[in-house]
Amino acid sequence: MKPNNTAIRVNNISKCYRIGLKEQIHENIATAFLSLISSPLSNYRKYRSLYKFKEIDFDNNNGSHPDLIWALKNVSFDVNQGESLGIIGKNGSGKSTLLKILSKITVPTKGRAEIHGRVSSLLEVGTGFHPELTGRENIYLNGTVLGMRKHEINKKFDEIVDFSGIEKFIETPVKRYSSGMKVRLAFSVAAHLEPEILLVDEVLAVGDAEFQKKCLGKMGDVTKEGRTVLFVSHNMAAMEQLCERVVWLNKGALVGSGPARDMINQYLDMASPNSLGPDGDLSRIPREPSFETIFINGELNGLPFKEHHLIHPLAPLTIKLKLNLSEAMTGCGFGIHLTTNSGQCVYAANTRWNYGKIDFPEKGIYEFECTFDKLPLVPDKYYLALGMRNQVRQIDWMERVLCIEVSRDDVYGTMEFPEKSQGFFLTQANWKIDNKVTKRF
Amino acid sequence: MLILNSNRVSIIQPASKWQGLNLKELKDYQDLFYFMVWRDIKVLYAQTIMGFSWALLQPLVQIILFTIVFGKVAKVPSEGLPYFLFATVAIVPWTYISQAVTESSQSLIAGQNMLGKVYFPRIIFPLTPVLSKLIDFGISLLIVVITMLYYRVHPTWNLLFLPIFLLLMIIIAAGAGMWLSALAIRFRDVRHSMGFVVRILMYSAPIVYSASTIPDKYRLIYSLNPIVCVIEGFRACLLGGHIVWMYILPGAITSLVFLIGGIFYFRKMEHVFVDVI
Ligand SMILES: Nc1ncnc2c1ncn2[C@@H]1O[C@H](COP(=O)(O)OP(=O)(O)OP(=O)(O)O)[C@@H](O)[C@H]1O
Ligand SMILES: [Mg+2]
Repeated sequence: MKPNNTAIRVNNISKCYRIGLKEQIHENIATAFLSLISSPLSNYRKYRSLYKFKEIDFDNNNGSHPDLIWALKNVSFDVNQGESLGIIGKNGSGKSTLLKILSKITVPTKGRAEIHGRVSSLLEVGTGFHPELTGRENIYLNGTVLGMRKHEINKKFDEIVDFSGIEKFIETPVKRYSSGMKVRLAFSVAAHLEPEILLVDEVLAVGDAEFQKKCLGKMGDVTKEGRTVLFVSHNMAAMEQLCERVVWLNKGALVGSGPARDMINQYLDMASPNSLGPDGDLSRIPREPSFETIFINGELNGLPFKEHHLIHPLAPLTIKLKLNLSEAMTGCGFGIHLTTNSGQCVYAANTRWNYGKIDFPEKGIYEFECTFDKLPLVPDKYYLALGMRNQVRQIDWMERVLCIEVSRDDVYGTMEFPEKSQGFFLTQANWKIDNKVTKRF
Repeated sequence: MLILNSNRVSIIQPASKWQGLNLKELKDYQDLFYFMVWRDIKVLYAQTIMGFSWALLQPLVQIILFTIVFGKVAKVPSEGLPYFLFATVAIVPWTYISQAVTESSQSLIAGQNMLGKVYFPRIIFPLTPVLSKLIDFGISLLIVVITMLYYRVHPTWNLLFLPIFLLLMIIIAAGAGMWLSALAIRFRDVRHSMGFVVRILMYSAPIVYSASTIPDKYRLIYSLNPIVCVIEGFRACLLGGHIVWMYILPGAITSLVFLIGGIFYFRKMEHVFVDVI
């Protein structure tokens, strides 16, 4: 195998859909009656037009006919063999459509793609599951639906059952499973596919946290084995962990492609604007009326504040703040809080604890910096709050200024690490393991 | 490291015009086909008390009903045979055709979730009921055998031709299944019309009456109906008598044309199934 063989070559692929054709509204009974008679014909035209496109539709109107929607517009990119490529984009940006085209579920309207190797696509887990069939039967059915041969499933059967952790129910009809058990079984089948190219669409959103982690691990293995993987997800942390390169789609068009981290950060920058101004401007964030606008600008790890920052667990964190004082002020202290999504404070730092009270001798701009050598937080999303007070009152307070997402990295190098439900802090514990046991990952 | 043993390249591009069956691909998916058929069979009788006896009961009730209504009350002539026997050999294959076609026509709609989530040769959908219903058919042949024993019908050499008519029966079901399923996914009208279409088809064929009641001058046109050919064939093979090939061949040819047309139509339409669900 040459290292830089192309596995997938996507060349100017476009996909056009026709969406909601509007119904006529009748003004009087006569026209309504008329249309009732002629409706079979118009219905026929309507349903036929769902897949018949005239060249006029494309060329005139600049391809922007009101009924037409371009789910993909001239998308081109290459994927090398053994590469894992992520696809990101907002809802409706055409990610699933792209995977559907590559897995032959639907055909492109224009363009061409070349695929070298055996493809399996995972747009959903448990496709073909039938509630009346037992777990065993569904493994075979689902496996063949995903493109495995019977003898391949025979070989892996025990492994699949093991992975799912539901040995006891394997002869029970799936309708008696809990929904979580169904997902586990379905995912176990999927995880044991051995295609050369794997297309995965947002399937990790299901299952409990522990099982998700197991699947992420398995997917990581898959990419390490030299398989080509295309991965669609809204989970940026997982994306960054699994993919080397990322392709960003917006409204069906390719915005860019590049190293995962860069693209993800660019994408998060663009994603839903909030009151956080450009270049880390904090002055436009709404505060309660009694507060003054003291914090005017911030930087995180050298980058201006933006809505979302992704950092690695135990990585250094530096927050730079610019304060604007409209008058001299004495006896102040200010600090930062990190809260969970639900608003619980997990960490706080305050100048007062280190330096006592601070006096600002005159009006003007002041700069401060706060650094952690290693941010010891478990992978999760944390929200930054900033506040300042003097002896008598709160002067400035802002919650949820931005989100710091600690990525799900393999910090201990074992593929096993704590989840957000397993405490907040990430500090290496020193274990003394009885040397009679064996260790295995 | 993964060993890339297959150098297969697939090209994805806008739908081309007409194409026939891709047998190689079907072979790749034979295991899936097998499991789909098997799922159909297993699920059909899951959680029933009677299980497979339903496959006997359904045609049996029909036969008894027709014997009473057409044989005893209306006294429809039955070529000098006991009406029960006369009806049995026709209703058993007819039950297969009607059930297989009805299910096959709905197969894409029933499988639309799968259709949108995974690729495999779409033709497997309409063909699955065509095969799975063969099990029911096989079981209901028991009625034929017992009836023939009861009326002491001696098998003749005609029986050797039965496989031809079995094949034609399957071809009709497959052909109709492909046409109807491809139409049904785009126009749900097919589903509403299936009920009376099946009934019309039944009366269009010599199931409750004898083909000899058709005036000779219309007989050739009449025998263009492929179902006529299967029913006549079954009667002649099982009950003995003359196989009139002149009245069999037209139907056989129509059914083949119908099947080939169905395959091409289905293959042309399959590209849009997902987009129009
Ligand atoms: N069968 C269809 N008929 C008409 N329009 C469709 C069809 N399938 C998808 N679309 C449209 O194509 C566009 C892209 O959809 P797609 O499912 O690819 O988005 P996505 O990027 O996967 O979004 P999400 O992140 O929500 O999964 C959407 O605007 C959608 O409405
Ligand atoms: Mg999607």
